[in-house]
Amino acid sequence: MTHLELATDHGAVVQLQALDACPLAIRGLTVSYGEKPAVFSIDATVEQGSMTAIIGPNGAGKSTMLKAALGVIKPLAGTVTVYGKPLDTQRHRIAYVPQRASIDWDFPTRVIDVVLMGLYRDLGLLGRIGRKERDLAADCLDRVGMHDFADRQIGQLSGGQQQRVFLARALAQQADLYLLDEPFAGVDAATEKAIIDVLKTLKAQGKTVVAVHHDLSTVTEYFDRVFLINVRKVAEGPVENTFTSENLQQAYGGRLATTQIDDLSLTAI
Amino acid sequence: MSGEEFVPLSLTPILIGVFTAVACALPGNFLVLRKQALIGDAISHVVLPGIVVAFLVTGSLAAWPMMIGAALAAVVAVILIEAIRRLGRIETGAAMGVVFTSMFAAGVLLLERSDTSTVHLDVEHALMGNLESLIWLDAYGWGSVLDPIALAGLPPELPRIFVTMLGVIAFTWLFWRPLKISTFDEGFAQGLGIRTGALGMALVIVSAIAAVAAFDAVGSIIVIAMFICPPAAARLMTNRLERQVGWSVVFAVLSAILGYVLAGYGPGWLGGDNAVSAAGMIAAVSGLILALATMFGPCRSRTGAPIEA
Ligand SMILES: Nc1ncnc2c1ncn2[C@@H]1O[C@H](COP(=O)(O)OP(=O)(O)O)[C@@H](O)[C@H]1O
Ligand SMILES: [Mg+2]
Repeated sequence: MTHLELATDHGAVVQLQALDACPLAIRGLTVSYGEKPAVFSIDATVEQGSMTAIIGPNGAGKSTMLKAALGVIKPLAGTVTVYGKPLDTQRHRIAYVPQRASIDWDFPTRVIDVVLMGLYRDLGLLGRIGRKERDLAADCLDRVGMHDFADRQIGQLSGGQQQRVFLARALAQQADLYLLDEPFAGVDAATEKAIIDVLKTLKAQGKTVVAVHHDLSTVTEYFDRVFLINVRKVAEGPVENTFTSENLQQAYGGRLATTQIDDLSLTAI
Repeated sequence: MSGEEFVPLSLTPILIGVFTAVACALPGNFLVLRKQALIGDAISHVVLPGIVVAFLVTGSLAAWPMMIGAALAAVVAVILIEAIRRLGRIETGAAMGVVFTSMFAAGVLLLERSDTSTVHLDVEHALMGNLESLIWLDAYGWGSVLDPIALAGLPPELPRIFVTMLGVIAFTWLFWRPLKISTFDEGFAQGLGIRTGALGMALVIVSAIAAVAAFDAVGSIIVIAMFICPPAAARLMTNRLERQVGWSVVFAVLSAILGYVLAGYGPGWLGGDNAVSAAGMIAAVSGLILALATMFGPCRSRTGAPIEA
């Protein structure tokens, strides 16, 4: 529990500040749904202002790691600190785009209502949605290019359009740390471009972005840091020296052919 | 019809029908959207052991012990479901299936094994209730509505179901936002810090309370019909949850009033002489409304799954 010691008075001041600046610090995280752990003893430090890709094969525990970081699932062991404080006090600073599987597409709700759901933590149970909130939601839709679809039922959109709406909902959360679970899965090229533009704008504004990413060919283009995971942490660091074929082999085991890795034309071996 | 006739004979059954319909239709909206619509049916099975035990303990068929027994059984069921879900690590639906079936079986077994079989725990009564008998004999006209002496003679089912309805309305109003968000996108709701498991349980408990109170007043057929038909019909009228809930209340009230009137006078208009069961007719009208909405509702054709880009 190093960070707890740091947070108390006898910790070094310098380290305390470094931790304060750190949007997300995970220490010794172990999560299990059954007997076998889904993630085991993970340490992760997400740097302020970075765009981090979480990479690993299916079932590696990527979604689980994000959920534990959000406090959605209770870990067997480990701690999560957000901007140097316990998660519970910092929840309003995190926005989340879950994997699209958890959604009921037939639900009677319009696109604009979905975006307004992002304001739940501000509004609470009974806070009124006024002009200000509506304008904010409309603006968030604008930023993902979905302004004209505000009155559509959510199920009547294409997969890519839906994903943009969920990004708009995350924008409405007005957070500092954005956690996205496979935001590019099953979306069209135009949507992918729109989403990455929004994420890069967030980064330019000093926000921090963490995304589970499955397309290895775009990692170097989109992200500046990577976190490789396969139940255990494989590697973590800047794309240039961490996104290597060696680390990929280790994360994917035999599941990734050497030719596939060669195609990525990685510099460092 | 004059007030002298209407108030004592028809006002209270109609009001009880309306309150019941609304109390069940409100949570029904969320149950239908969560594909848990049959929970109303399941609850009426689960409460059986509670009712039998209440009878064995008190030896009477009075309403209060029955209701308390039923409510306790519902709460036990909810706790069991949660325990099985957590310990057995299986999904809620499967846990519910296990608990509902076993508790119903336990109820039947209790009924068989004890000498309650000599008592008339009437199947027809359980199914159809006896809405028509919930009359207000102390009333003499519209003036009775403000007369404390006459009001004291109201059938006890009326204040019971009224308070239940108010409770259901309060729950829906207070937890509207988290209910809506977690029904739509559970993963996101959890990310917001909404305790979706507890909220889902609370919804089931509130539905159970509504079902038990309604069961007591009007029988289980209305309960099942009102949990499903008005919300399902309302879904076909609009693509907005706020309006869907509004429509469901309109349909519920309409079913209760129309059903009661048709049951009382319909057979006469058709030349028959016996009135039919009001509860059955209310359920039938709600089914008819659902059928009409299925044929003509403006939001019938929806894309259930996303169109691929
Ligand atoms: N709700 C759950 N119940 C049981 N097992 C789960 C659940 N969610 C995930 N798992 C298991 O945990 C492991 C990690 O899952 P997940 O975090 O979703 O992987 P990823 O997102 O990397 O594909 C997998 O083996 C998966 O089967
Ligand atoms: Mg995943």
